[in-house]
Amino acid sequence: MIKEQIQDGLWRQNAGLVQLLGLCPTLAVTVNITNGFALGVATIFVMMLSNISISPIRNYVPESARVPIFILVIAGLVTIVDLSINALSKPLYDALGIFIPLIVTNCIVLARVEAFASKNSTLPSLYDGFFMGLGLTFVLIILGAVREIVGNGTLFQNLHFLIGEKYQFLTIQLFDSSDGFLLAALPPGAFIALSALIVFLNLVNQKK
Amino acid sequence: MSEYKTILKTISIISLLGLIFAISLSITFEKSNPIIEQNKIEFKTKLLNEVLDGLDYDNDLIGTYIRIKPNELLKNKTEKYVYLAKKNNILQAVLIESIAPDGYSGEINILTAIRSDGEIIGTRIIDHKETPGLGDYIDQKKSSWISNFDGMSLNNRTDADWRVKKDQGTFDYKAGATITPRAVIKSVKNTLLFYKENRELFDD
Repeated sequence: MIKEQIQDGLWRQNAGLVQLLGLCPTLAVTVNITNGFALGVATIFVMMLSNISISPIRNYVPESARVPIFILVIAGLVTIVDLSINALSKPLYDALGIFIPLIVTNCIVLARVEAFASKNSTLPSLYDGFFMGLGLTFVLIILGAVREIVGNGTLFQNLHFLIGEKYQFLTIQLFDSSDGFLLAALPPGAFIALSALIVFLNLVNQKK
Repeated sequence: MSEYKTILKTISIISLLGLIFAISLSITFEKSNPIIEQNKIEFKTKLLNEVLDGLDYDNDLIGTYIRIKPNELLKNKTEKYVYLAKKNNILQAVLIESIAPDGYSGEINILTAIRSDGEIIGTRIIDHKETPGLGDYIDQKKSSWISNFDGMSLNNRTDADWRVKKDQGTFDYKAGATITPRAVIKSVKNTLLFYKENRELFDD
């Protein structure tokens, strides 16, 4: 059972590349690896928690009122994550800005609750939330890496916001940032990088 | 009857979930809020000290401020705090936040430290939305352009100096991005004017 969730989350039903849900944060936040990773982890948390909150009560949720109930649960969880990130790292919180609260409107969270957690028992729902989130996180990290290298000439920029000021040396400067290809750092660059990833995924799938 | 039951069920489950999340949210808030407030103060202190550039003062900077109402020169739309650095209760410097509303995209928030004699100690961009790689050289993280203001005052410079070189002034600029520095220069100059005109506000 768990194997299916791994395959679905990471590849066959990948949230970022196949289902194409949650594009707003995917495209807007991924200017570097750190941002992509942090938003990805926040999304994994919210997805796991919302799936395991909904799954046990799925038989008590009336069909007609399910969406407001799901949104209530998701909004509550996101607010908790939002406050926690703000307390953990203020610079990171400032960098991610509005996109943490916007996880509420990320369709992928609601979609998994609706399509999976409300129909399956708790443990598979937990796996589903985790691997769907993980699949999205991988996409966010790859997009962040590509855009950071091409647009800014760096890797792991701002990582010290996440793990502490003394790790500032981890930032790798590949070339001078003024030589970066600006387009990659701007939203259109995100679309182009994402479409390149989708092309890659489809090519691999076709070969099979 | 069954419809009545469904409504009752819906109401009770939403109320129950609402209650659960209200409780967990308030616990999270109670736990995180002191840390968040502490972070804010630390962040602010760090920023203020950076702009003050090692100036000697002995008062509690964050606790010593004057509230400034929305003002034509500073262009602030809400009440802003002007922080005062003092030594032996004598004013050493003021830290004034101003807004440049006429940047290339959106407002540019600027913090300027002015020594009591009207000379600029340092200037920092707090927040801006200028084009990355083009107009963002005003940001101290990208270039040292902003340090051009250090040491400037209304007395030791003429009006013409408060312009970019393209407009026969003294400020460097990057070709293709002159709107941004113009906006910043204008705002910093207005901040000095504000300080000059309201000097007596800060003295006691």
